[in-house]
Amino acid sequence: MKILVCISKTPDTTAKIAFTDNNTKFDVNGVQWIINPYDEWYALVRAIELKEADASSVIHLVTVGGADAEPIIRKALALGGDEAIRVNSDSHDSYYIASQIAAVAKEGGYGLVLTGKETIDYNGSSIGGMVAELLDLPYISLATKLELAGNTASITREIEGGEEINEASLPLVISAQKGMAEARIPNMRGIMAARTKPLKVVEPVAADSLTTVAGFGLPPAKAGVKLVAADNVEELVRLLHEEAKAI
Amino acid sequence: MSVLIFIDTAEGHVKKASLEAITYGAKLAEQLGTNAEALVLGPVSDDLPSLGKYGVKKIHHAAADSLAHMDAQLYAKAIAQAAETTGATVIIFSNNTTGKAIAPRLSVRMKAGLVSGAVALPDTSNGFVVKKNVFSGKAFANIAVNTQVKIVALSPNAYQTLSGEGTAEVVTFNAPADTAKVKVTSVNKASGEVPLTEAEVVVSAGRGLKGPENWGMVEELAKTLHAATACSRPVADAHWRPHNEHVGQTGIAIAPNLYIAIGISGAIQHLAGVNRSKVIVVINKDPEAPFFKAADYGIVGDAFEVVPKLNEAIRKLKGV
Ligand SMILES: Cc1cc2nc3c(=O)[nH]c(=O)nc-3n(C[C@H](O)[C@H](O)[C@H](O)COP(=O)(O)OP(=O)(O)OC[C@H]3O[C@@H](n4cnc5c(N)ncnc54)[C@H](O)[C@@H]3O)c2cc1C
Ligand SMILES: Nc1ncnc2c1ncn2[C@@H]1O[C@H](COP(=O)(O)O)[C@@H](O)[C@H]1O
Repeated sequence: MKILVCISKTPDTTAKIAFTDNNTKFDVNGVQWIINPYDEWYALVRAIELKEADASSVIHLVTVGGADAEPIIRKALALGGDEAIRVNSDSHDSYYIASQIAAVAKEGGYGLVLTGKETIDYNGSSIGGMVAELLDLPYISLATKLELAGNTASITREIEGGEEINEASLPLVISAQKGMAEARIPNMRGIMAARTKPLKVVEPVAADSLTTVAGFGLPPAKAGVKLVAADNVEELVRLLHEEAKAI
Repeated sequence: MSVLIFIDTAEGHVKKASLEAITYGAKLAEQLGTNAEALVLGPVSDDLPSLGKYGVKKIHHAAADSLAHMDAQLYAKAIAQAAETTGATVIIFSNNTTGKAIAPRLSVRMKAGLVSGAVALPDTSNGFVVKKNVFSGKAFANIAVNTQVKIVALSPNAYQTLSGEGTAEVVTFNAPADTAKVKVTSVNKASGEVPLTEAEVVVSAGRGLKGPENWGMVEELAKTLHAATACSRPVADAHWRPHNEHVGQTGIAIAPNLYIAIGISGAIQHLAGVNRSKVIVVINKDPEAPFFKAADYGIVGDAFEVVPKLNEAIRKLKGV
């Protein structure tokens, strides 16, 4: 089976968040880039496990990004992808990115297209669903488990206050989150092998952008913590009740 | 022109997040000088006309049993059809698990720009600009939607439900007949508990509690407050608590009215999932714990002493 894993690059989880150009651009100064954790730990690692269970499987990676996304995609190759495709575009519009991924997916004829649950920078949680609609395939969102038996997939997905088990036939688009797999670290062999694995750069297909970022901002800082003595919990309860009106 | 609100249900009941979506959609309709209409798919046991008190005038209802389970493909098709018949120019979802499954599909199907995770009413003074959280709550972005039809998925707990007067007219909606490609084989829900993403109050604990055997006092406090329970990542990783309680950057993101963090250090990745809570209370024995910087109220002290006392004091207040 052919699996396509969508890989995006995000600032490291501890990166300082600041903006430039009159608050219209994210300040990339000094930012460390990582593979979006959901894409790496859950989507990619589950794909690798599926390949370990069926050696005839092939894992392709796709990223829509500029040349600065290459170290990220190499790291993903080091973890276990076979080939990577970078669509050369810096767009942040979900529809535009999804159109690029759908074009790659159509060409490759994949049984599974895996995305992360969301990017930790733009928090869209929408590209998987968009890709699925563009390909007219079912989309199982926020999946915590994925098992395959031949052409049939059994997927556990999060719902409010619980989970649901779904069954569907391939091909499918699935967004992955915690539970899918355990994080792995690339080993030396993987890192060496990644250097020679194919990384194809393609130009984007024509697609519209439906949204634009008008500006960014930072939330107002907290006023500061009000400390209450440990032997005076009644005072905390009073504050929560009368001042914060939270209980 | 109208605003169409998708009402999400579970086992025939309208979800709390949908009441927020209705209030939000009705306010937006008022702002745009148009009507708010709503759509419900699948059988419902709640009284739909009474939802009029949240500001919706007309509810389109397709009660077919085949729609009892949310199927993103069928639902997106049905909502697109309803949007066309009602002439909707804005479609509102809650950005909950259902909204995340359907709204992106609908965005493609209608070629309508989507903003997911909205936290405020759109600014319609010049175009259509929606504020949403980005960088996992560490910042916000104003997103301009440039298409004729717009889709907004509202963050749960970001917009206060308001109820007034009024009843909604309920009309039958004929959803396109189709069979689902995805079969739901089972649904597992923790019964009687408050779903984490919908909870107004969340009591959460971390590695400071030393082991799973010490969660009794956390559950007691949650019960008193009618709260959901949550935990930090290492706690879920060590299987002290189930994975679906893990909040943070890689877990669930929540925005309750009150978040009580017990024995959690407040690492940036943890904060990313909880920093949109309206009021944060931290109980930690280390006065240097980073969580105090993000807190509104705090107690420096031993959780094993403070939490049972806190529970008693709240029970006294509530008379339970
Ligand atoms: C990429 C990435 C993603 C991550 N995602 C997440 C995430 O989604 N969610 C998350 O939670 N973490 C996440 N983490 C982990 C995070 O960095 C922290 O390691 C974790 O949050 C710490 O959990 P903790 O506060 O329970 O434990 P600790 O850091 O060990 O803190 C325990 C706290 O308990 C206090 N304490 C001890 N005894 C008592 C007592 N008797 N009474 C009161 N207080 C006491 C201590 O003072 C301490 O502050 C992530 C890390 C990375 C690198
Ligand atoms: N630029 C991109 N290139 C490839 N995949 C992406 C890109 N952006 C997002 N994705 C994938 O889509 C998922 C959801 O992203 P989002 O809808 O932006 O939150 C991510 O976890 C990735 O798997």
